[in-house]
Amino acid sequence: MRYQLIGVNHKSAPLEVRERLAIPESKLPDCCRDLNAHPGIEEAMIISTCNRVEMITHTTNGSADLRGFLHNHFRLTAEELDSHLYEFREKEAVRHIFRVASSLDSMVVGEAQILGQVKEAYATARAVGAVRGQLDQLFTRAFAVAKRVRTETAVGSSSVSIASVAVELAKKIFGSLQGKTVFIVGAGKMSELAARHLMAHGCTSIFVSNRTYDRAIGLAQKFNGQAIKFDDLYNTCDRADIVITSTGAPHAIFRREHGEQFLTRRKNKPMFFIDIAVPRDVSPEMAKLDGIFAYDIDDLQQAVTSHVADRRKEAELAEAIITSEVERFEAKLHTLDVVPTIVSLQDHLETIRQAEIDRVRTRMGTLTPEQEMAVEALTRGIINKVMHTPITTLKTAAKEAEATTVIDVVRRLFNLREKDKDSGTRDANKSREVEKQQ
Amino acid sequence: MPILWLRFALACYFVGLTYAFFALRRTSDLFSRIALHAASLGMVFHFVSLVELFLSDHVLWTSVHNGESLLAFLSMTFFMVIYSIYKTTSPGVVVFPVVFFLTFVAAIDEQPVLQTSFIQHKGWLIAHIILIFTGYAALVLSFGASLLYLLQERRLKAKKPSSLISFLPALEVIDQIGYRSLLLGFPFMTLGLITGSMVAMSAYGHIDFADPKILLSLLMWVVYMVMVFTRWNSGWRGRRAAVLATFAFVAAIVAWAANYFSTIHRFAA
Repeated sequence: MRYQLIGVNHKSAPLEVRERLAIPESKLPDCCRDLNAHPGIEEAMIISTCNRVEMITHTTNGSADLRGFLHNHFRLTAEELDSHLYEFREKEAVRHIFRVASSLDSMVVGEAQILGQVKEAYATARAVGAVRGQLDQLFTRAFAVAKRVRTETAVGSSSVSIASVAVELAKKIFGSLQGKTVFIVGAGKMSELAARHLMAHGCTSIFVSNRTYDRAIGLAQKFNGQAIKFDDLYNTCDRADIVITSTGAPHAIFRREHGEQFLTRRKNKPMFFIDIAVPRDVSPEMAKLDGIFAYDIDDLQQAVTSHVADRRKEAELAEAIITSEVERFEAKLHTLDVVPTIVSLQDHLETIRQAEIDRVRTRMGTLTPEQEMAVEALTRGIINKVMHTPITTLKTAAKEAEATTVIDVVRRLFNLREKDKDSGTRDANKSREVEKQQ
Repeated sequence: MPILWLRFALACYFVGLTYAFFALRRTSDLFSRIALHAASLGMVFHFVSLVELFLSDHVLWTSVHNGESLLAFLSMTFFMVIYSIYKTTSPGVVVFPVVFFLTFVAAIDEQPVLQTSFIQHKGWLIAHIILIFTGYAALVLSFGASLLYLLQERRLKAKKPSSLISFLPALEVIDQIGYRSLLLGFPFMTLGLITGSMVAMSAYGHIDFADPKILLSLLMWVVYMVMVFTRWNSGWRGRRAAVLATFAFVAAIVAWAANYFSTIHRFAA
């Protein structure tokens, strides 16, 4: 097990650093190849999302200069980068990958998106041939662990994205969202996402207003909604139950008097403002009005955080699962480590046996089938007896930390060939067979 | 006998009362189910008690305690109707204590009734009592809903994230419960007052508007009407609606208490 991992995430590095390390999807395959070609690296994979950039490798000798790679590739100095980096090796790298895939290391613990992103990164690296035997095993297991965590704990159950919290709040106000009207003020990615969520939960009609009218039309078309001129905003707004506002206006665009107007026209039916603009679009004075419920980005974030706290309890359970899975994976890997050696040892002795039989046969002339069988049985018997102790020793050692030393000794004693790098996948397949036989 | 059944009912309502106390602190699905079943069982006992009362002697209807018992039963009926429509036990937070209190008072002892002057108008009298009490029960529910509305509105305004997971139904659902109870109760209250006036007219030949009972009843009716109107006309809800509902509720209690001062509308003591 010579896994080595280096990276930054939302906890270790600010956005400015993560931005500089982020690798666009189109460049990911090339970057994977570059990393794989870096000295000392056998296999490589890169996960790059908005919250993390991680290089996961399997090295030839357990220690590759991954920092050097980052410095060169991203043209960053050690001062700029190193304090934000974390690095894990072997067991800790395995644990980290399991935690990432199970969404325990995410900004929003339990969010489901990360598993998909890891799977994509895996597919990309595999496609360029940078993931073979070792990382293949690691990630196959990581996906299984993620699934286990999801089914056995409630870590992913309550809504913890801004958009889903907005939907939950809307439901607390309106009950069913069936037939409710949404108004998007200021076309932006986040408001679009929130609107999509609300529509998925039953909201039927939508208005879009934007300072640039064309953008409003564009967005309205996406939702089969109606674009409203920005000048008509205050005349139309009361028709909406839920207003998602995210304009770039320097001052609040919804003030107390607007709120009062809306409520009079709506016969005091409540309105829900999702204000994701910074600075805020809804003035605090308006938010005080009875019947106006305004949540700004901080309020929503706070709700998200509190749900996250609920999830934290579940996360503890998940961490226990991860720990046991890491142990299992480690034990399995050790067993796998010795399997190739056992196989080569068997091959080696079998070759000697065959060669010896062939040599003797020319001297002894034709043998009867019974004699053939006797010779076969005798030689096999000797080989098996001789091999018994080394194989048992190897298998016992596999479960302990000294496995690598024992493997080395056996290889040297019997002069077993080192395997070349490319045979990794084939080896892994064969190992799996041996593992099954065991 | 009726009082024995009533005491059984009271025991069941006690479960509802404890639910009301705990529901605000933490939600438990199991507890609300238990409370619901206990309340249903309580209603069965209560119903038996009322039927026995009705069969034993019609005159007894006019005792204060029996009136309270009837009001408690009608309030529970409203609660159950709301539960069957909205699948929420949260109005119980207000309804259960009120029902428990009314039943408790009614179950203390039996009260004979001696108001004999109305005996010849028994049919009208019964209609008056049932109509008025249905109106009262609707008012209790509406009052409860307006308090819950305030509570939920506060929670949503306070933006305390933990309160997001609360036992209260959505704001608009609470609003509907309150408004519908109000709309339903108004005609009953109106008809109840009309039948009452008719009984009084035929008994005394005139209506004494200076009598505290009549005055306060009219006041209550006016407040009730203002509530319905403001709600219908400008959709008053939240704080303003709660203030009105509280006012109407207090008016109803005062009108009820006026029985003790009224010369024409008097129960035997």
